[in-house]
Amino acid sequence: MEKNRNNERLDKTILRTSTNYLLPLLILFSIFLLIRGHYLPGGGFVGGLVASIAFVLHSFAYSPTQTVKMFSIKPFFVIPTGLMLCFFSGMLPALLGYPFMSGVWFADNVVAIGAFGSALIFDIGVYMVVIGVVLTILFTISENT
Amino acid sequence: MELLLVILVGAFYSAGIYMMFRRSMVKLLMGLLLLGNGANILIFLMGGLTKGKAPIIRPENSKFLEVYADPVPQALILTAIVISFALTAFAIVLLKRVYTTTGSDDLDSLNIQDLDI
Amino acid sequence: MLLPIIVTFLLAFLMLLLKPQKFLRFFKFICVVPLLLFLYLLTYLPSVYQGTKSIFFKNEWIPSLGISLDFKIDGLSMLFGLMITGIGTLIYLYAAEYLKRDENIHRFYCYLTLFMGAMLGVVLSDNLITLFVFWELTSISSFFLIGYNTDQEASRKSAMWALGLTGLGGFFMLASFALIGIVAGTYSLNELLAYPDVLLNNQYYYIIIFLLFAGAFTKSAQFPFHFWLPGAMKAPTPVSAYLHSATMVKAGIYILARFSPILGGDTVWNDTLMIVGGITMVMGAVLSVFHKDMKGLLAYSTISALGIIVFLIGIGTETSLYAACTFILVHALYKATLFLITGIVDHATHTRDLSVLRGLRKVMPVIAIAGFIAALSSAGIPFTFGFLSKELIYGVSTDGIWTQETVFVLTGIALLTNIFLTSSGFLAGIRPFFGKLPKEFEKIKKPNFYLWFPPVLLSALTLLFGIVPSIIDQSILKSATISVLGTSTQMYLSLWHGFNLVLLLSAITIVLGILLYLVIKPSSRNESRLKGLDDFSPQTILTSIALGIRWFAFRYTRFFHNGYLRVYIMFIVIFFTGIVGYKLFADVPLRVNTEDLSAFRIYEFTVFVITIIAIYFITSTTSRLTSIAALGVIGYSICLIFVFYGAPDLAMTQFAIDTLTVVLFVLVLFKLPPFLKFTNKKIQFRDGVISVCFGILISLITLQALVSPADKSVSKFYADNAYILAKGKNVVNVILVDFRGFDTMIETIVLSIAAVGVYSILKYKTQDGEKSE
Repeated sequence: MEKNRNNERLDKTILRTSTNYLLPLLILFSIFLLIRGHYLPGGGFVGGLVASIAFVLHSFAYSPTQTVKMFSIKPFFVIPTGLMLCFFSGMLPALLGYPFMSGVWFADNVVAIGAFGSALIFDIGVYMVVIGVVLTILFTISENT
Repeated sequence: MELLLVILVGAFYSAGIYMMFRRSMVKLLMGLLLLGNGANILIFLMGGLTKGKAPIIRPENSKFLEVYADPVPQALILTAIVISFALTAFAIVLLKRVYTTTGSDDLDSLNIQDLDI
Repeated sequence: MLLPIIVTFLLAFLMLLLKPQKFLRFFKFICVVPLLLFLYLLTYLPSVYQGTKSIFFKNEWIPSLGISLDFKIDGLSMLFGLMITGIGTLIYLYAAEYLKRDENIHRFYCYLTLFMGAMLGVVLSDNLITLFVFWELTSISSFFLIGYNTDQEASRKSAMWALGLTGLGGFFMLASFALIGIVAGTYSLNELLAYPDVLLNNQYYYIIIFLLFAGAFTKSAQFPFHFWLPGAMKAPTPVSAYLHSATMVKAGIYILARFSPILGGDTVWNDTLMIVGGITMVMGAVLSVFHKDMKGLLAYSTISALGIIVFLIGIGTETSLYAACTFILVHALYKATLFLITGIVDHATHTRDLSVLRGLRKVMPVIAIAGFIAALSSAGIPFTFGFLSKELIYGVSTDGIWTQETVFVLTGIALLTNIFLTSSGFLAGIRPFFGKLPKEFEKIKKPNFYLWFPPVLLSALTLLFGIVPSIIDQSILKSATISVLGTSTQMYLSLWHGFNLVLLLSAITIVLGILLYLVIKPSSRNESRLKGLDDFSPQTILTSIALGIRWFAFRYTRFFHNGYLRVYIMFIVIFFTGIVGYKLFADVPLRVNTEDLSAFRIYEFTVFVITIIAIYFITSTTSRLTSIAALGVIGYSICLIFVFYGAPDLAMTQFAIDTLTVVLFVLVLFKLPPFLKFTNKKIQFRDGVISVCFGILISLITLQALVSPADKSVSKFYADNAYILAKGKNVVNVILVDFRGFDTMIETIVLSIAAVGVYSILKYKTQDGEKSE
């Protein structure tokens, strides 16, 4: 019994150590994918999925509850935030007098991002929704099995 | 290559349907996933195959100067992939719930109420 | 005319608001509604009487389909309209007392008023489609009235039978009307009357008349559709009196009379009506005397009377049509009286058994007199209205236009029918009141005014019209006959024709009828003898047909809707494969343009082989883990294909999703049991063949689709404008977040819904508790 528990801890040591380094890297990578999506392969969907894989990895190394603890909010509440952001990006042009969801940009390009506008805000919304959905689904399942 | 993909589509469809004929709910779900994969490849194939040329405009240009892969099927498939994940998650949870409630993975065991209503 | 009918319908629904607890005493005053309608119709009487012309009310409804709400009042409509509203008034009065303890009386009045409005619509409509609509409304309201005692199974069943049969008949009649509309190009009765030859000489003539007969015979309870009428006697007695003797069952008669000048004249028309009417009248009359239930007896004698009318319309001479119109009124008067009396007796003694009921004249003398007059009228004794119609009927059967043999046959069946009808009338109207009063009936209270007034008034009218026929014959009956005949007539009713054959026949009828009445003693034995006939009755045959249909439907449903998902899928797949495969191979030549196809490299082939192997594993393995792994392999292979062919976005997404799917499956399926081998090899082989066929079909379709190149204009627009309009260079991403951003927004909502679904399924516990997880 004692040995088993020891084994388990040992089993996970490598995973945990590597996760500690991988998690920030993967998150950074996902943000990188998100931001460059408009110009090169990437985007909100892929970015969100990569970020969620990072968190899933963390939850494997530790436990879902500890992963949730890292957030100050539950993943479930990321979903409405993302949806609101999507909707806001759609409403933004409407506030400026254009039709709903038409693209608007700042006049000057931002360094490292390129044209910053409603499309990017929308993509960030998608990113958040994807993270929220995937994590909600997976954490709910692992909590309940 | 088109021929290979055509055969692959057929194989996906047959396997998907075959899995759906089985009694197990898990197999039904897997059949559904296979059908989805088959449909994705079918859509991809219909857009025409263009080797190695992603639909991304080169940084120095503002327009395509050479052939490019069709972006519309890609956008469709991307949507389909993400949605199919949501579907899978929902279905698998439903399935698990059915299993914990009835204690069986057998579709036929859910069949009784149809007769007795 | 539209306004009164619409108001009637509106009032019907308003009556539902009259809660019987509060408004019980108001129900007596509802009879004002039919009374006003009666008076309203009466105002048109002079103009109808003066000429052959009819009064016409034009209302548009659906002009593009030739459907209008035109109404027309002529003699025939007037006769029926006055009967409906006149007898209706009395029934309304009677029912208020009869059903005063019923807590659903407001519903009863609603149905009754609906029925009256619909019935008026039937007899006044000029447009065939409108007529049909009202016709169906009478069937439906009759259904509610027959099934009024909803807590009795017999009542509900007979309501179903009545609705089923009359509904079926109505269906045929609609077909007939539609044919008439197609052939003649109009649905207006008025226009049809103007050009009867159009229909008469058409090739569809026989179809039209037989479809019409189906409608009329079911409604008017002609053989072999007569059996719903005795069943309908389950309704409260006022309903039986109103619908099933005086008015609704005469709707079929009305149709026949109405179409007589349009479609009549052909020998098939005449012979069919004479034969069916003849069979019905003899059968109904003979069967009636064997019943000991007063309502059962009256039901069969009503069937017989309806047979007589059909028979008379079938003969189609001037005299016979005149006799028909007269008999319609005669019968309505005496039969409604007898029914109302039955209701009073039933109400007072709680039985309708003729073998028990005796001597009631001592407790209800007024009713006894009314019953006596009604019985005399049905027997055709002089100085009652019945005598006149009986004279006319014999006048028809002994008419000089027939050959000797025909006279014998016609007179024979008329005599037979009348003898039996005489005795059945006596049984219902006289027998309960004479003889020795049994002890248990001595304490019976006298019926109050609302109960005794209607039958007494009706029998008084019977007597009045019998003594002074000129009141009625010149005003209504003549103009009614004119509209049935289509030409003018000089007929009139008279009391005395001199000593002739007709008078002799009347005398024979009365004598033999009275003899028969004295011989027959109502008893259960007679009724049980009749039960033996049930084995051959049309009802038994129809019931077995219905049971057969139910059996077939059950089997059919069990076969196709058997609750096995895979069987449903199998049916769909086989059907699809069969139909599309057939079409593909039969009509489309298979063409494959090999030049367009690109060659494949060795690494591509490797991916292909790996995928195929993974697919094979997934279908054949019994281990869950293997199948999950195979699923992962398939996903990554597809990912590679995307990489080869210029779809990096797809490849990345597929890769991420596939990883997550595998995680998902492992998380959940680890707790589930291993796959069981449920099916044997044979079934697996069968399924394999079906699915491979399906796969081959899909491949072939794909191959064919490749021949015609896809439309690239949309893609080109997106590609050309991605940077110019949306400032993005990754076209796929630009499409997703900008060009089709709205779709993506919806997609995120779908994703959220899935997450909420998963969350709620797992967090929500069923109330009855589930097995431990």
